[in-house]
Amino acid sequence: MSGARDQILDTIRKGRGRGAVMGAARSALEARLGRRRRGTIPARVDKDAAALTDLFVEQAEALSVTVDRVGSVDDVPEAVAGYLARENLPAMLRAAPDPLVESAPWESRPALTVSSGPSDGGDEVGLTGAFAAVAETGTLVLRSGPTHPTTLNFLPDTHIVLLRTSQVVGPYEDAWDRLRAAGALPRTVNFVSGPSRTADIEQTIQLGAHGPRRLHIVLIDDAGGDRGDSRDTQDSQGRGDGG
Amino acid sequence: MEATSRSFKQNARAALGDEDLQQALGQMKLGFVANRANAIAKLPEFEALRAEGKAIKEHTLENLDFYLEHFDARVTEMGGHVHWCRTAAEARDAVLGICRAAGARSVTKGKSMIGEEIGLNDFLEGHGIEPVETDLGEYIIQLRREPPSHIIAPAIHVTKQQVADVFYATHSGLDADRPLEEPRALVDEARAMLRQKYLDADVGVTGANFLIAETGSTVIVTNEGNGDLTQILPRIHVVIASLEKVVPTLEDASTILRLLARSATGQEFSTYTTFSTGPRRPDDPDGPEEFHVVLLDNGRSALIGTEVQDILRCIRCGACMNHCPVYGAVGGHAYGWVYPGPMGAVLTPMLIGVEEAGDLPNASTFCGRCAEVCPMGIPLPKLMRHHRATEFERGLPPAPARLALAAWAFLARRPGLYRSVLGLKMRLLGGIGRRRGRFGTLPFAGGWTRHRDFPAPEGKTFQQRWDDAGGAR
Repeated sequence: MSGARDQILDTIRKGRGRGAVMGAARSALEARLGRRRRGTIPARVDKDAAALTDLFVEQAEALSVTVDRVGSVDDVPEAVAGYLARENLPAMLRAAPDPLVESAPWESRPALTVSSGPSDGGDEVGLTGAFAAVAETGTLVLRSGPTHPTTLNFLPDTHIVLLRTSQVVGPYEDAWDRLRAAGALPRTVNFVSGPSRTADIEQTIQLGAHGPRRLHIVLIDDAGGDRGDSRDTQDSQGRGDGG
Repeated sequence: MEATSRSFKQNARAALGDEDLQQALGQMKLGFVANRANAIAKLPEFEALRAEGKAIKEHTLENLDFYLEHFDARVTEMGGHVHWCRTAAEARDAVLGICRAAGARSVTKGKSMIGEEIGLNDFLEGHGIEPVETDLGEYIIQLRREPPSHIIAPAIHVTKQQVADVFYATHSGLDADRPLEEPRALVDEARAMLRQKYLDADVGVTGANFLIAETGSTVIVTNEGNGDLTQILPRIHVVIASLEKVVPTLEDASTILRLLARSATGQEFSTYTTFSTGPRRPDDPDGPEEFHVVLLDNGRSALIGTEVQDILRCIRCGACMNHCPVYGAVGGHAYGWVYPGPMGAVLTPMLIGVEEAGDLPNASTFCGRCAEVCPMGIPLPKLMRHHRATEFERGLPPAPARLALAAWAFLARRPGLYRSVLGLKMRLLGGIGRRRGRFGTLPFAGGWTRHRDFPAPEGKTFQQRWDDAGGAR
């Protein structure tokens, strides 16, 4: 359909009363693409790291997300087991092959069954890491790749996410900067703000329309030590998988 | 789909008498309007973002050819395919071609207004491929075999009892005794029914809220998660999008995203905003193997550089219809095609012709609320006025209306004559109507007096009273 392409471009150029963008004008547009200029960033994210983490939690909880804050990755199995028991969910997890997930001492909770890989729709509970979290609106940033099957974000009824406080950023634009620094853009970047919802029947909000009914975050405090060196610790998918 | 915009007046009359619809519209006004106001009150930067969002779209439209070529090159580089389509027919053929090449028998679909615009479902069905809408609202109206009545809440006109009725009628294996009274039960029934459809489909079709020139990404904004299941489970992901959806960078999209959900549902951010770039990578554990973008023009490129180009900034939030007194009274179906409300009254005549849809821009009180709430600052009343002028120039309004307008124009250009004719008329009407203070019928004003009384004038024009009161000229 190159005929269609040429004709459409030609109509646009005629409408603008010019030919293809060339020379200095073209360079200016290319420069604009490379500059990635930001618009106004809401002042609500103008905070230090600890306050941003609190803002993230507050915003996420307002979206029906539950958040459990723990002191280290060693506390994760107990926190997860406790959550599953409280919610009356099976002690069986389908987990992402994520280094942070794998670094938790699951053997301390032998009653928990943890298998690894994408979901085929038969899993009650999915467990993944996250790439970043945006405090502005309580939004998780999830990146597809070998350590994060996208099906785990949507098919299981309950989605549990392990997040470290050093992964919390203020606005979406900070998450884009971190994503670009981590290599090529992956096939899928999911910005997730709360569990799946619909208001399509008489405008009453129902959670769990097609995706998860419950979204639970286990937030691991890793801000104590080398906060300045967040480049190495920000990406729980780590290991430079290159997306 | 077949347009019934020509019958707007009959459609509207029927809608005003439809009790279920009136109840649904009443709820809508309370929900969307209040939620939007709350969300904006929480973001002091909203007006600044609105100006920036508008500027981004204006810049993109000025250089649309450059950004589309850039987008195309990036999609190709990432292993995807762009199909440029001049018309709805070319877009339908492109989707069918992809389905046929894949030997597809069923297609799941995320909500897409472009899908409605090109009539994709009927076309696929006609070629032996089963299209399954997965957005709950779209699924309900697909079962009811009717078009959407709102661009973001397609089944807003349907009551929960009507949803239950259509599920009982169409879901084989659903026990007629099973209670489906509550929205929760209805959502669960649809969720269970659609789960298998996602897994069975060969091709998943989604729309796009944005196309990113910088990265070749397509973006969908949803709350249910159906768009994501639609695009990660089947082997092939097809995006259908019109060409004005392109923006330069991820930062530009982020600025506009801050406006979109707040203007639409009053959420700060929608539940799922998903950026898709190319097909799955060699080491990805899931995701589609093929990625296609069907890029639709359908008359939009011809609007570039014209006085109505502003409508191409529209981000389909639905705020204009949520705040429109006409939409609020008659709902979306009365508009007779895909896009209702003020944005539809502007866009529809451009896409299907003023001859077909001339009533729509006339169905406005020009109260201006639509332009006030539009996050992209589109001057919707001005664009509707433009259509009215075009209609008049083409001699489309009925003879009495044209004659009346011509007579008024004749007088309006002659101030002295205008004042004396008007003064005479006021004296006459004031005299006749003095006793009752109102008129139940008036010659040439049946359209007004059929539904309400016309108040009797006091016998003098404003200018006469101004002079009587000794007002300065």
